[in-house]
Amino acid sequence: MAEIPEELRNIARGWQRSHLLDLESLSREEILQLLDLADTFKQLTDNCTRKLNLLPGSTCANLFFENSTRTRTSFSLAARRLGADTIDFSRSGSSLSKGESFIDTAKNIEAMKVAAVIVRHGTPGTPQLLAQNLRCPVINAGDGPHEHPTQGLLDILTIRERLGRIEGLTVALVGDIAHSRTARSNLWGLKKLGAHVILCGPATLVSPRWRELDVEISHNLDEVIPRCDVLNLLRIQFERQEQPPFPSVREYALLYAMNKERLARAKEEILVLAPGPINRGVEVTPDVADGDHSAILNQVTNGLAVRMAALWLLCGHAA
Amino acid sequence: MARLLIRGGRIIDPAQNLDRVGDLLIEDGLIAGYEPPDGPCDEVLHAEGKIVSPGLIDMHVHLREPGNEEAETVETGTAAALAGGFTTVACIPNTRPPIDSQAAVAFIQNQAAKADHCRVYVVACVSKGREGKELAELGQLVQAGAVAFSDDGDPVENSELLRRAFEYCQMFDKPILNHAEVRELTRNGVMHEGLVSLVLGLPGMPAEAEDVMTSRDISLAEATGGRIHIMHVSSVESVDMIRRAKTRGVRVTTEVCPHHFTLNDECLRSFDSNFKMSPPLRGQRHVEACIAGLVDGTIDVICTDHAPHAAEKKMQELDKAPFGILGLETALGLVVTKLIEPGHLSWLQALEKMTVNPARILGLELGTLQPGRPADVTVIDPDIRWTVDKNQFRSKSRNTPFHGWELQGRAETVIVDGRIKYRAGELASVAIA
Repeated sequence: MAEIPEELRNIARGWQRSHLLDLESLSREEILQLLDLADTFKQLTDNCTRKLNLLPGSTCANLFFENSTRTRTSFSLAARRLGADTIDFSRSGSSLSKGESFIDTAKNIEAMKVAAVIVRHGTPGTPQLLAQNLRCPVINAGDGPHEHPTQGLLDILTIRERLGRIEGLTVALVGDIAHSRTARSNLWGLKKLGAHVILCGPATLVSPRWRELDVEISHNLDEVIPRCDVLNLLRIQFERQEQPPFPSVREYALLYAMNKERLARAKEEILVLAPGPINRGVEVTPDVADGDHSAILNQVTNGLAVRMAALWLLCGHAA
Repeated sequence: MARLLIRGGRIIDPAQNLDRVGDLLIEDGLIAGYEPPDGPCDEVLHAEGKIVSPGLIDMHVHLREPGNEEAETVETGTAAALAGGFTTVACIPNTRPPIDSQAAVAFIQNQAAKADHCRVYVVACVSKGREGKELAELGQLVQAGAVAFSDDGDPVENSELLRRAFEYCQMFDKPILNHAEVRELTRNGVMHEGLVSLVLGLPGMPAEAEDVMTSRDISLAEATGGRIHIMHVSSVESVDMIRRAKTRGVRVTTEVCPHHFTLNDECLRSFDSNFKMSPPLRGQRHVEACIAGLVDGTIDVICTDHAPHAAEKKMQELDKAPFGILGLETALGLVVTKLIEPGHLSWLQALEKMTVNPARILGLELGTLQPGRPADVTVIDPDIRWTVDKNQFRSKSRNTPFHGWELQGRAETVIVDGRIKYRAGELASVAIA
């Protein structure tokens, strides 16, 4: 077994938090520490392609009460890159579909001596509830529209990598702000690191109350585009709403889809992000999604790095 | 003749605007007067330094029986009422089955008689099966003893049905108690809609959902001359609409729960389902409006909306957890600590809202210490400081957000019909031969 570098050990020992539930409660320094460690892991693993043997014999449990492909895969891969094993639980095919409460399910899984529980759930606050009921670290992999801290971190890491800084940048989060955990995690992280944040989308999905947090809101993407350094295009979460928030998809695309014409009015260095999955033709047209300004695939690699960092900070002190 | 003398307490009876130190004599279950008797007493309670109040009345209690006996029964709920200083509760009919028949009313009355703790009055359904479609047999329910009507838990959504209910109830001079909430505006909501719900990503229940229906209820009561009692008011606008309606002479009354004048929506940041109730905990300006409504008399009554839920139901994801919290065993302490001690209300004002006002709304000959009335008395220690411990509750449930709070003021001795039904502590009890 390879020796664990002393520096990595010290970073994990210095980390004060037991769980990663949101970015709202993290300090600027803690966010920077996560980002820097993600950078370190990228270097140590040749862009997350090699395996480190930091958490041998540990098991990370993915507890996904809501569908997910990329986040669950990303967490699993991140755990394995650190040398840990993973187990997956999903709602269907588990005792949850037999009526067991989710706290009971989680306690059972904890009793199998897992090192960390990674939870995704449709209801805000569920990771907090688990954190109160479990002794092992809990990582929030998305709780309804509340937060998705590792997604926020990977978006910010991608911006920092491509543009060299966060401070002073203007970042627009565009689309379904109301139902987006990505928007909330980005908002807190970006604000703490000194970016100017614009929330842009139809009035039914962007509440004027956001202004109380010293955030700019806009319903006019065309006005916003020339001022932005980064556009983060959020998926319309049709599954979270009973009443359609706008008259038609066609009308939404007309007002808010990021297409070639809109891109032409942006700054030359504009960076386009999308947390995925994307609705091609709704939030973004294929030519933009696959174009030079798009960092969509960088985001995927950075997701691995950020999740390795989170797992190491929460589990590394015991390794 | 059975005689009980309560000696040397501060007697506060808002019905008579009475606030003075003295003795209270009880004979054969009735208030006899304010002088010691000529003959011997069976028992003397020394109440020096204590407050002697008419027995407290809570007009909004969910006893959960029949149907949810895992959460509360008439027996455990009325035991909790006594421990909280209440001598009378009115129970709300959102049981399973709902209380919409004479037999159902009689069942509650029987359970209450068997439990033999405090008085229980029944609020019966406005509509058959609480379905909001057709009127329940209100006349028969009145004959069975129903004191008011409500489909609480669900609002009466059909305006035509509510109008008919107002018209019809005037024959019996009974109020309609309505839960003001336009459901289309609160669908899936778990908390007050505001900046906190926005940040937490939790579906909101806007204050307008309450205001729109409060406005409708007032209009229909005004048009028909019917009596509307707006349950658990919680918003700036609703308090104000009721205030203005009262000045026009509309027969409207209202109530507020302790959680709505003590807690706000920031509490939801803990994601603890013990802060999930309906109406929801609102923003601080709404909390202040509730206190202002209490101070200027717009809000007639302090009630608890005591809503027990079994732990396995309440300890779930926030969207699955049911609405509501316990209230009976913390209400008095919260009133003393949060309204009287900070100087918002005098004792006379606070007790008025917990005794004679609910009695008048429900048409009960209770809530006063006038000679000749039934001897329901609550002796309160106004100075005692105590820590809320949910594990000491008489209620069958534990869903309180106030666990661990330090409160001032507690019921010490509770007398129903001249009989001592509850004693908390050290109050001396000396039998004189």
